[in-house]
Amino acid sequence: MLQGTIAIASGKGGTGKTTLAVNLAVACEEPVSLLDCDVEAPNAHLFLRPVWEKTVPATVPVPVFDPEKCTGCGKCRVHCRFNAVVLLNKRPEVYPELCHSCGACLQACPHAAIKEVPRETGVVAIGYSGKVRVVQGKLNVGEAQSPPVIEAVRQQAGKEKLTLIDAPPGTSCPVMAAVRGVDYLVLVTEPTPFGLNDLQLAVEMAAALQIPCGVLINRAGLGDSPVRQFCRAQGLPVLGEIKYDPRVAAIYSIGELPVRTLPEFRTQLAAFLTRLAKEVTLCSRLPSFPEKGEQARLRW
Amino acid sequence: MHIAVTATGQSLDSPVDERFGRARYILIVDPESGLVEAVDNQANVNAAQGAGLNAAQIVVEWQAEWVLTGRVGPKAFAVLKEAGIKIGLEAGGLVRETVERFQAGEFKAS
Repeated sequence: MLQGTIAIASGKGGTGKTTLAVNLAVACEEPVSLLDCDVEAPNAHLFLRPVWEKTVPATVPVPVFDPEKCTGCGKCRVHCRFNAVVLLNKRPEVYPELCHSCGACLQACPHAAIKEVPRETGVVAIGYSGKVRVVQGKLNVGEAQSPPVIEAVRQQAGKEKLTLIDAPPGTSCPVMAAVRGVDYLVLVTEPTPFGLNDLQLAVEMAAALQIPCGVLINRAGLGDSPVRQFCRAQGLPVLGEIKYDPRVAAIYSIGELPVRTLPEFRTQLAAFLTRLAKEVTLCSRLPSFPEKGEQARLRW
Repeated sequence: MHIAVTATGQSLDSPVDERFGRARYILIVDPESGLVEAVDNQANVNAAQGAGLNAAQIVVEWQAEWVLTGRVGPKAFAVLKEAGIKIGLEAGGLVRETVERFQAGEFKAS
């Protein structure tokens, strides 16, 4: 049985992360938490149609200045690495959208004139779709920093033994916020030059974060990029493949789940699930994730 | 009176840098007597964010009464306004010519 926290990422966008995450959540027999961490464009709910139970704001701390205590010395401005503070007529003013909540200004202030107040940058919604607990993060329009909202989503993971994380595309800060500390990372790719290129980047990211990972080849049979050769050379397990099938796209386009209606898809997903569970169990038995350069199972 | 002109070089014969926040230099000029100081703005050229705010801060600290530049972003614009600094936009050519145009009253405060 699959257990632990499994993140699904890809490097390239549109390879099938969400499709895999929602179908996998439905295919599992046990209760499962699904965290939609693609907070700039969450879409897992379109397929799972959860009944939302509650929402909680996602906030970041930003400084406010006590005019009684502030002498206008400007140390807060000097120490702000993000240029978020300006000083006009000896009065500091913060531009909250530039603030990264590092707290340096609090440390720098010699007069304890700064305190932090929460600023809402997104919303986390929690609901259920059958036995699937769905947690969705949504970054407010106009906000630039998604990692704090992603972290707020991850804090809402339930007590279910299996947590699936639908990560955003790419390999930058939001993806790292979504996958950091998970037990296993599934990289969804497609056999195209773009898929392979971005898979390579995602594998480098996983190595840097020391997360064990395996690959699912989606739309197999489409294109002829040497994804399998790459995986073999890197010692990355290919956990399964889903054959290219336009019917999957048709089912997706009406917000339905191919795992419910397409037997071939179900068979391939079940094979993947079995292999993934085995792989995750193996990795959990490792004393700790292998040292850099001598990773026993993942020989990259 | 001091005015601030964004420039790609350190002298009055340098071209105007049309970007405000990420201008290479901010020239502090006394229109009567000439160049006062060429403030190096390299740190803001490379800043990940907040370049305009920092450049505005420089202008505020020099107590310039005008900024002459090409364009100013919304945050820097707000800071300059709040500090009571007048903004002359769509400056171009050489700094010297820009200062002459300024003295001829060709800039309207935005």
